[in-house]
Amino acid sequence: MSKLQNFLKGIIKENPVLVLVLGTCPTLAITSSVGNALGMGVAATVVLLCSNMVISALRKVIPDKVRIPCYIVLIAGFVTMVEMLMHAFAPDLYEALGIFLSLIVVNCIILGRAEMYASKNNVIDSAIDALGMGVGFTLALFIMSTIREILGSGSWLGFEIPWLSDNPIAIFRLAPGGFFVFGCLIAIVNKATHGKGVKKKDFGCEGCPSAAVCGKRASCKKTEEVEEK
Amino acid sequence: MMKSLLIILMTSVLVNNYVLSRFLGICPFLGVSKKLNQAVGMGTAVIFVMLLSTAVTWPIHTFILAKYDLEYMKTIVFILVIASLVQLVEIILKKYIPALHAALGIYLPLITTNCAVLGVTLNNINDSYNFIESMVNSFGVGLGFLLAMVLFAGVRSRLENANPPEAFKGLPITLVSASIVALSFTGFTGVVGGLFA
Repeated sequence: MSKLQNFLKGIIKENPVLVLVLGTCPTLAITSSVGNALGMGVAATVVLLCSNMVISALRKVIPDKVRIPCYIVLIAGFVTMVEMLMHAFAPDLYEALGIFLSLIVVNCIILGRAEMYASKNNVIDSAIDALGMGVGFTLALFIMSTIREILGSGSWLGFEIPWLSDNPIAIFRLAPGGFFVFGCLIAIVNKATHGKGVKKKDFGCEGCPSAAVCGKRASCKKTEEVEEK
Repeated sequence: MMKSLLIILMTSVLVNNYVLSRFLGICPFLGVSKKLNQAVGMGTAVIFVMLLSTAVTWPIHTFILAKYDLEYMKTIVFILVIASLVQLVEIILKKYIPALHAALGIYLPLITTNCAVLGVTLNNINDSYNFIESMVNSFGVGLGFLLAMVLFAGVRSRLENANPPEAFKGLPITLVSASIVALSFTGFTGVVGGLFA
Protein backbone atom coordinates (compact mmCIF):
# COMPACT_ATOMS: atom_id res chain seq x y z
CA MET A 1 0.00 0.00 0.00
CA SER A 2 1.49 3.31 -1.04
CA LYS A 3 1.74 6.21 1.36
CA LEU A 4 -0.97 8.11 -0.45
CA GLN A 5 -3.37 5.18 -0.30
CA ASN A 6 -2.56 4.78 3.36
CA PHE A 7 -3.54 8.40 3.92
CA LEU A 8 -6.66 8.30 1.77
CA LYS A 9 -8.12 5.13 3.25
CA GLY A 10 -8.96 6.90 6.49
CA ILE A 11 -10.84 9.61 4.65
CA ILE A 12 -13.08 7.55 2.42
CA LYS A 13 -12.84 3.78 2.45
CA GLU A 14 -12.34 3.31 6.17
CA ASN A 15 -13.82 6.56 7.43
CA PRO A 16 -13.81 6.03 11.19
CA VAL A 17 -17.20 7.63 11.79
CA LEU A 18 -19.33 6.92 8.76
CA VAL A 19 -18.02 3.50 7.74
CA LEU A 20 -16.51 1.95 10.86
CA VAL A 21 -18.92 3.74 13.24
CA LEU A 22 -16.36 4.48 15.94
CA GLY A 23 -16.36 7.48 18.24
CA THR A 24 -20.10 7.97 18.07
CA CYS A 25 -20.42 9.94 21.31
CA PRO A 26 -18.48 13.07 20.27
CA THR A 27 -19.90 12.76 16.77
CA LEU A 28 -23.42 13.11 18.07
CA ALA A 29 -22.73 15.50 20.90
CA ILE A 30 -20.68 18.36 19.53
CA THR A 31 -21.92 18.55 15.94
CA SER A 32 -24.63 21.09 16.68
CA SER A 33 -22.27 23.81 15.47
CA VAL A 34 -19.58 23.75 12.80
CA GLY A 35 -17.02 25.61 14.92
CA ASN A 36 -17.19 23.11 17.76
CA ALA A 37 -17.04 20.19 15.35
CA LEU A 38 -13.88 21.52 13.69
CA GLY A 39 -12.30 22.17 17.10
CA MET A 40 -13.09 18.65 18.23
CA GLY A 41 -11.78 17.19 14.98
CA VAL A 42 -8.49 19.05 15.26
CA ALA A 43 -8.06 18.14 18.94
CA ALA A 44 -8.72 14.46 18.27
CA THR A 45 -6.40 14.48 15.25
CA VAL A 46 -3.56 15.97 17.28
CA VAL A 47 -4.02 13.38 20.03
CA LEU A 48 -4.27 10.59 17.45
CA LEU A 49 -1.14 11.72 15.64
CA CYS A 50 0.95 12.03 18.81
CA SER A 51 -0.27 8.79 20.37
CA ASN A 52 0.12 6.79 17.16
CA MET A 53 3.69 8.03 16.67
CA VAL A 54 4.77 7.42 20.25
CA ILE A 55 3.09 4.02 20.49
CA SER A 56 4.64 2.97 17.21
CA ALA A 57 8.07 4.11 18.40
CA LEU A 58 7.63 2.18 21.64
CA ARG A 59 6.01 -0.88 20.11
CA LYS A 60 9.00 -3.11 20.83
CA VAL A 61 9.39 -1.80 24.39
CA ILE A 62 5.82 -2.14 25.68
CA PRO A 63 5.16 -5.67 26.97
CA ASP A 64 2.26 -7.32 25.21
CA LYS A 65 0.32 -8.16 28.36
CA VAL A 66 0.00 -4.63 29.69
CA ARG A 67 -0.22 -2.85 26.37
CA ILE A 68 -3.79 -1.52 26.76
CA PRO A 69 -3.08 0.25 30.10
CA CYS A 70 0.12 1.65 28.61
CA TYR A 71 -1.74 3.00 25.59
CA ILE A 72 -4.41 4.53 27.81
CA VAL A 73 -1.81 6.33 29.93
CA LEU A 74 -0.05 7.68 26.84
CA ILE A 75 -3.32 8.80 25.26
CA ALA A 76 -4.53 10.38 28.50
CA GLY A 77 -1.26 12.28 28.74
CA PHE A 78 -1.68 13.75 25.26
CA VAL A 79 -5.33 14.55 25.93
CA THR A 80 -4.32 16.47 29.04
CA MET A 81 -1.76 18.44 27.03
CA VAL A 82 -4.32 19.32 24.36
CA GLU A 83 -6.78 20.27 27.08
CA MET A 84 -4.33 22.63 28.74
CA LEU A 85 -3.26 24.19 25.43
CA MET A 86 -6.86 24.75 24.43
CA HIS A 87 -7.72 26.19 27.83
CA ALA A 88 -4.90 28.69 27.38
CA PHE A 89 -5.28 29.65 23.72
CA ALA A 90 -8.93 28.94 22.83
CA PRO A 91 -10.93 29.32 26.03
CA ASP A 92 -14.28 29.68 24.22
CA LEU A 93 -13.82 26.41 22.41
CA TYR A 94 -12.64 24.80 25.65
CA GLU A 95 -15.89 25.81 27.35
CA ALA A 96 -18.01 24.70 24.40
CA LEU A 97 -16.46 21.25 24.13
CA GLY A 98 -16.54 20.80 27.90
CA ILE A 99 -16.35 17.24 29.07
CA PHE A 100 -16.03 15.82 25.57
CA LEU A 101 -12.48 17.12 25.38
CA SER A 102 -11.46 14.92 28.33
CA LEU A 103 -13.45 12.06 26.88
CA ILE A 104 -11.14 11.87 23.85
CA VAL A 105 -9.30 9.42 26.14
CA VAL A 106 -12.00 6.80 25.74
CA ASN A 107 -12.65 7.53 22.08
CA CYS A 108 -12.48 4.14 20.36
CA ILE A 109 -10.88 5.61 17.23
CA ILE A 110 -7.67 6.46 19.06
CA LEU A 111 -7.30 3.25 21.06
CA GLY A 112 -8.41 1.29 18.02
CA ARG A 113 -5.73 2.80 15.75
CA ALA A 114 -3.10 2.27 18.43
CA GLU A 115 -4.01 -1.39 18.76
CA MET A 116 -4.64 -2.14 15.11
CA TYR A 117 -2.09 -0.05 13.30
CA ALA A 118 0.54 1.69 15.41
CA SER A 119 1.47 -1.43 17.36
CA LYS A 120 2.40 -3.21 14.13
CA ASN A 121 3.84 -0.53 11.84
CA ASN A 122 6.72 1.93 11.77
CA VAL A 123 6.56 5.52 12.93
CA ILE A 124 6.12 7.20 9.53
CA ASP A 125 3.37 4.89 8.37
CA SER A 126 1.61 5.26 11.73
CA ALA A 127 1.77 9.03 11.46
CA ILE A 128 0.27 8.94 7.95
CA ASP A 129 -2.43 6.55 9.12
CA ALA A 130 -3.22 8.82 12.07
CA LEU A 131 -3.43 11.89 9.82
CA GLY A 132 -5.76 10.12 7.41
CA MET A 133 -8.02 8.88 10.17
CA GLY A 134 -7.98 12.27 11.86
CA VAL A 135 -8.90 14.07 8.66
CA GLY A 136 -11.63 11.50 8.02
CA PHE A 137 -13.02 12.06 11.52
CA THR A 138 -12.90 15.83 11.11
CA LEU A 139 -14.54 15.61 7.69
CA ALA A 140 -17.39 13.47 9.02
CA LEU A 141 -17.93 15.87 11.92
CA PHE A 142 -17.82 18.77 9.48
CA ILE A 143 -20.47 17.30 7.17
CA MET A 144 -22.74 16.40 10.04
CA SER A 145 -22.39 19.74 11.81
CA THR A 146 -22.99 21.60 8.54
CA ILE A 147 -26.35 19.87 8.12
CA ARG A 148 -27.30 20.34 11.75
CA GLU A 149 -26.22 23.96 12.06
CA ILE A 150 -27.83 25.09 8.80
CA LEU A 151 -31.13 23.40 9.55
CA GLY A 152 -31.09 23.78 13.33
CA SER A 153 -29.81 27.32 13.81
CA GLY A 154 -30.02 28.78 10.31
CA SER A 155 -26.36 29.70 10.29
CA TRP A 156 -23.04 28.28 9.14
CA LEU A 157 -19.88 28.78 11.18
CA GLY A 158 -21.69 31.69 12.81
CA PHE A 159 -22.74 33.41 9.57
CA GLU A 160 -26.49 33.79 9.36
CA ILE A 161 -28.30 32.42 6.37
CA PRO A 162 -31.03 34.87 5.28
CA TRP A 163 -34.31 32.96 5.36
CA LEU A 164 -33.35 29.97 7.47
CA SER A 165 -32.18 31.99 10.46
CA ASP A 166 -35.72 33.31 10.93
CA ASN A 167 -37.21 29.84 10.68
CA PRO A 168 -34.77 27.42 12.30
CA ILE A 169 -35.85 23.80 12.82
CA ALA A 170 -34.66 23.69 16.42
CA ILE A 171 -35.02 19.93 16.73
CA PHE A 172 -31.88 19.45 14.62
CA ARG A 173 -29.90 21.23 17.30
CA LEU A 174 -31.18 18.88 19.99
CA ALA A 175 -30.43 15.25 20.74
CA PRO A 176 -33.07 13.63 18.49
CA GLY A 177 -31.82 15.58 15.47
CA GLY A 178 -28.30 14.28 16.13
CA PHE A 179 -29.40 10.66 16.03
CA PHE A 180 -31.54 11.30 12.97
CA VAL A 181 -28.87 13.06 10.89
CA PHE A 182 -26.27 10.44 11.84
CA GLY A 183 -28.61 7.60 10.84
CA CYS A 184 -29.36 9.23 7.49
CA LEU A 185 -25.69 9.93 6.77
CA ILE A 186 -24.74 6.31 7.42
CA ALA A 187 -27.58 5.21 5.17
CA ILE A 188 -26.32 7.51 2.39
CA VAL A 189 -22.79 6.15 2.79
CA ASN A 190 -24.16 2.60 2.70
CA LYS A 191 -25.94 3.40 -0.51
CA ALA A 192 -22.98 5.17 -2.11
CA THR A 193 -20.28 2.67 -1.18
CA HIS A 194 -22.49 -0.33 -1.77
CA GLY A 195 -20.05 -3.25 -1.82
CA LYS A 196 -17.04 -0.94 -1.98
CA GLY A 197 -16.73 0.21 1.61
CA VAL A 198 -14.61 -1.85 3.94
CA LYS A 199 -16.45 -4.76 5.55
CA LYS A 200 -16.58 -4.62 9.29
CA LYS A 201 -15.26 -8.16 9.47
CA ASP A 202 -12.08 -7.16 7.58
CA PHE A 203 -11.58 -4.35 10.01
CA GLY A 204 -11.68 -6.84 12.85
CA CYS A 205 -13.24 -6.44 16.23
CA GLU A 206 -10.32 -8.08 18.00
CA GLY A 207 -8.51 -4.77 18.02
CA CYS A 208 -11.12 -3.19 20.20
CA PRO A 209 -10.63 -3.75 23.92
CA SER A 210 -14.36 -4.02 24.39
CA ALA A 211 -14.81 -6.61 21.69
CA ALA A 212 -16.35 -9.17 24.04
CA VAL A 213 -19.82 -7.71 24.23
CA CYS A 214 -19.54 -4.55 22.25
CA GLY A 215 -22.19 -5.61 19.78
CA LYS A 216 -20.07 -4.43 16.89
CA ARG A 217 -19.36 -8.10 16.54
CA ALA A 218 -23.08 -8.71 16.35
CA SER A 219 -23.42 -6.02 13.72
CA CYS A 220 -20.42 -7.56 11.91
CA LYS A 221 -22.32 -10.79 11.69
CA LYS A 222 -25.35 -8.93 10.53
CA THR A 223 -23.51 -7.21 7.70
CA GLU A 224 -22.01 -10.55 6.73
CA GLU A 225 -25.47 -12.04 6.55
CA VAL A 226 -26.68 -9.13 4.44
CA GLU A 227 -23.69 -9.53 2.14
CA GLU A 228 -24.36 -13.21 1.72
CA LYS A 229 -27.93 -12.58 0.75
CA MET B 1 -31.53 18.34 51.88
CA MET B 2 -33.74 15.43 50.84
CA LYS B 3 -35.41 17.67 48.33
CA SER B 4 -32.20 18.76 46.63
CA LEU B 5 -31.05 15.12 46.44
CA LEU B 6 -34.36 14.12 44.87
CA ILE B 7 -34.03 16.91 42.34
CA ILE B 8 -30.54 15.71 41.42
CA LEU B 9 -31.79 12.15 41.09
CA MET B 10 -34.81 12.97 38.94
CA THR B 11 -32.82 15.37 36.77
CA SER B 12 -30.14 12.81 36.02
CA VAL B 13 -32.64 10.03 35.31
CA LEU B 14 -35.12 11.88 33.13
CA VAL B 15 -34.07 15.34 32.01
CA ASN B 16 -30.33 14.95 31.53
CA ASN B 17 -30.49 11.31 30.53
CA TYR B 18 -26.88 10.56 29.62
CA VAL B 19 -27.64 8.43 26.62
CA LEU B 20 -30.59 10.20 25.10
CA SER B 21 -29.86 13.83 25.75
CA ARG B 22 -26.17 14.14 26.57
CA PHE B 23 -24.77 11.53 24.20
CA LEU B 24 -22.58 9.61 26.61
CA GLY B 25 -22.32 5.83 26.42
CA ILE B 26 -23.76 5.53 22.93
CA CYS B 27 -21.64 2.51 21.97
CA PRO B 28 -23.10 0.09 24.56
CA PHE B 29 -26.51 1.67 24.03
CA LEU B 30 -26.43 0.72 20.35
CA GLY B 31 -24.45 -2.48 20.83
CA VAL B 32 -25.95 -4.30 23.79
CA SER B 33 -29.58 -3.19 23.54
CA LYS B 34 -30.58 -5.99 21.21
CA LYS B 35 -31.97 -8.32 23.84
CA LEU B 36 -33.83 -7.31 26.96
CA ASN B 37 -31.87 -9.51 29.38
CA GLN B 38 -28.56 -8.23 28.01
CA ALA B 39 -29.78 -4.67 28.32
CA VAL B 40 -30.74 -5.22 31.95
CA GLY B 41 -27.41 -6.92 32.72
CA MET B 42 -25.41 -4.12 31.13
CA GLY B 43 -27.50 -1.44 32.83
CA THR B 44 -27.07 -3.02 36.25
CA ALA B 45 -23.34 -3.42 35.74
CA VAL B 46 -23.10 0.24 34.74
CA ILE B 47 -24.96 1.40 37.88
CA PHE B 48 -22.63 -0.75 39.98
CA VAL B 49 -19.43 0.54 38.36
CA MET B 50 -20.60 4.17 38.38
CA LEU B 51 -21.32 4.07 42.11
CA LEU B 52 -18.03 2.34 42.80
CA SER B 53 -15.90 4.66 40.69
CA THR B 54 -17.56 7.75 42.13
CA ALA B 55 -16.95 6.45 45.64
CA VAL B 56 -13.25 6.17 44.79
CA THR B 57 -12.59 9.10 42.45
CA TRP B 58 -14.38 11.75 44.50
CA PRO B 59 -12.16 11.31 47.59
CA ILE B 60 -9.06 11.05 45.39
CA HIS B 61 -9.93 14.32 43.72
CA THR B 62 -10.90 16.16 46.88
CA PHE B 63 -8.22 14.95 49.24
CA ILE B 64 -5.27 14.45 46.91
CA LEU B 65 -5.57 16.25 43.59
CA ALA B 66 -7.33 19.41 44.75
CA LYS B 67 -5.21 19.65 47.88
CA TYR B 68 -1.90 19.56 46.05
CA ASP B 69 -3.02 21.59 43.04
CA LEU B 70 -2.85 18.67 40.66
CA GLU B 71 -6.30 19.06 39.18
CA TYR B 72 -5.02 18.95 35.62
CA MET B 73 -4.09 15.32 36.28
CA LYS B 74 -7.68 14.26 36.84
CA THR B 75 -8.29 12.75 33.38
CA ILE B 76 -5.25 10.48 33.64
CA VAL B 77 -5.83 9.54 37.26
CA PHE B 78 -9.54 8.86 36.84
CA ILE B 79 -9.24 6.62 33.80
CA LEU B 80 -6.47 4.62 35.44
CA VAL B 81 -8.36 4.30 38.70
CA ILE B 82 -11.54 3.22 36.93
CA ALA B 83 -9.73 0.72 34.72
CA SER B 84 -7.85 -0.91 37.56
CA LEU B 85 -10.88 -0.82 39.84
CA VAL B 86 -13.01 -2.66 37.31
CA GLN B 87 -10.32 -5.31 36.90
CA LEU B 88 -10.05 -5.68 40.66
CA VAL B 89 -13.80 -5.98 41.11
CA GLU B 90 -13.94 -8.59 38.40
CA ILE B 91 -11.30 -10.69 40.16
CA ILE B 92 -13.00 -10.34 43.56
CA LEU B 93 -16.43 -11.17 42.19
CA LYS B 94 -15.07 -14.21 40.38
CA LYS B 95 -13.53 -15.53 43.58
CA TYR B 96 -16.15 -14.71 46.18
CA ILE B 97 -19.51 -14.06 44.53
CA PRO B 98 -19.54 -16.26 41.44
CA ALA B 99 -23.29 -15.84 40.90
CA LEU B 100 -22.97 -12.08 40.52
CA HIS B 101 -19.89 -12.54 38.35
CA ALA B 102 -21.85 -14.84 36.06
CA ALA B 103 -24.52 -12.17 35.70
CA LEU B 104 -22.37 -9.06 35.32
CA GLY B 105 -18.90 -10.41 34.54
CA ILE B 106 -18.94 -10.20 30.78
CA TYR B 107 -20.03 -6.58 30.85
CA LEU B 108 -17.33 -5.37 33.21
CA PRO B 109 -14.34 -5.14 30.82
CA LEU B 110 -16.46 -3.24 28.34
CA ILE B 111 -17.38 -0.67 30.93
CA THR B 112 -13.78 0.47 31.33
CA THR B 113 -13.92 2.22 27.99
CA ASN B 114 -17.50 3.40 28.43
CA CYS B 115 -17.38 7.16 28.27
CA ALA B 116 -20.46 7.48 30.49
CA VAL B 117 -18.51 6.18 33.50
CA LEU B 118 -15.56 8.53 33.06
CA GLY B 119 -18.07 11.22 32.13
CA VAL B 120 -20.09 10.94 35.30
CA THR B 121 -17.04 11.06 37.56
CA LEU B 122 -15.74 14.15 35.75
CA ASN B 123 -19.16 15.81 35.75
CA ASN B 124 -19.50 15.28 39.51
CA ILE B 125 -16.29 17.24 39.97
CA ASN B 126 -17.20 19.94 37.42
CA ASP B 127 -20.61 20.49 39.02
CA SER B 128 -18.87 20.67 42.44
CA TYR B 129 -21.21 18.20 44.11
CA ASN B 130 -20.37 17.01 47.60
CA PHE B 131 -19.85 13.32 48.27
CA ILE B 132 -23.50 12.39 48.89
CA GLU B 133 -24.73 14.44 45.96
CA SER B 134 -22.12 12.81 43.74
CA MET B 135 -23.23 9.34 44.76
CA VAL B 136 -26.89 10.21 44.18
CA ASN B 137 -26.06 11.74 40.81
CA SER B 138 -24.08 8.66 39.76
CA PHE B 139 -26.91 6.40 40.82
CA GLY B 140 -29.39 8.52 38.89
CA VAL B 141 -27.23 8.53 35.78
CA GLY B 142 -26.87 4.76 35.98
CA LEU B 143 -30.60 4.36 36.47
CA GLY B 144 -31.25 6.62 33.49
CA PHE B 145 -28.87 4.49 31.43
CA LEU B 146 -30.72 1.32 32.48
CA LEU B 147 -34.04 2.95 31.65
CA ALA B 148 -32.88 4.01 28.20
CA MET B 149 -31.41 0.56 27.50
CA VAL B 150 -34.58 -1.26 28.54
CA LEU B 151 -36.87 1.08 26.60
CA PHE B 152 -34.71 0.82 23.53
CA ALA B 153 -34.46 -2.98 23.76
CA GLY B 154 -38.25 -3.00 23.48
CA VAL B 155 -38.17 -0.76 20.44
CA ARG B 156 -35.48 -2.84 18.78
CA SER B 157 -37.33 -6.10 19.23
CA ARG B 158 -40.08 -4.59 17.06
CA LEU B 159 -37.52 -3.35 14.60
CA GLU B 160 -36.40 -6.91 13.88
CA ASN B 161 -39.64 -7.51 11.99
CA ALA B 162 -39.65 -4.20 10.16
CA ASN B 163 -38.66 -3.93 6.54
CA PRO B 164 -36.75 -0.67 6.01
CA PRO B 165 -35.13 0.34 2.69
CA GLU B 166 -31.95 -1.59 1.87
CA ALA B 167 -29.54 1.25 2.72
CA PHE B 168 -31.22 1.83 6.08
CA LYS B 169 -30.86 -1.78 7.25
CA GLY B 170 -28.91 -2.35 10.44
CA LEU B 171 -27.39 0.67 12.12
CA PRO B 172 -29.10 3.57 10.27
CA ILE B 173 -32.63 2.50 11.13
CA THR B 174 -31.52 1.84 14.72
CA LEU B 175 -30.23 5.40 14.93
CA VAL B 176 -33.41 6.85 13.46
CA SER B 177 -35.50 4.96 16.00
CA ALA B 178 -33.13 6.11 18.75
CA SER B 179 -33.92 9.61 17.56
CA ILE B 180 -37.62 9.02 18.16
CA VAL B 181 -36.96 7.60 21.64
CA ALA B 182 -34.80 10.65 22.37
CA LEU B 183 -37.62 12.86 21.13
CA SER B 184 -39.93 11.37 23.75
CA PHE B 185 -37.35 12.18 26.42
CA THR B 186 -37.26 15.84 25.45
CA GLY B 187 -40.80 15.91 26.84
CA PHE B 188 -39.32 15.71 30.35
CA THR B 189 -37.66 19.11 30.04
CA GLY B 190 -38.87 21.26 32.90
CA VAL B 191 -40.76 18.43 34.60
CA VAL B 192 -38.45 18.30 37.60
CA GLY B 193 -38.66 22.01 38.33
CA GLY B 194 -42.45 21.76 38.24
CA LEU B 195 -42.56 18.70 40.51
CA PHE B 196 -40.62 20.28 43.35
CA ALA B 197 -41.70 23.89 42.95
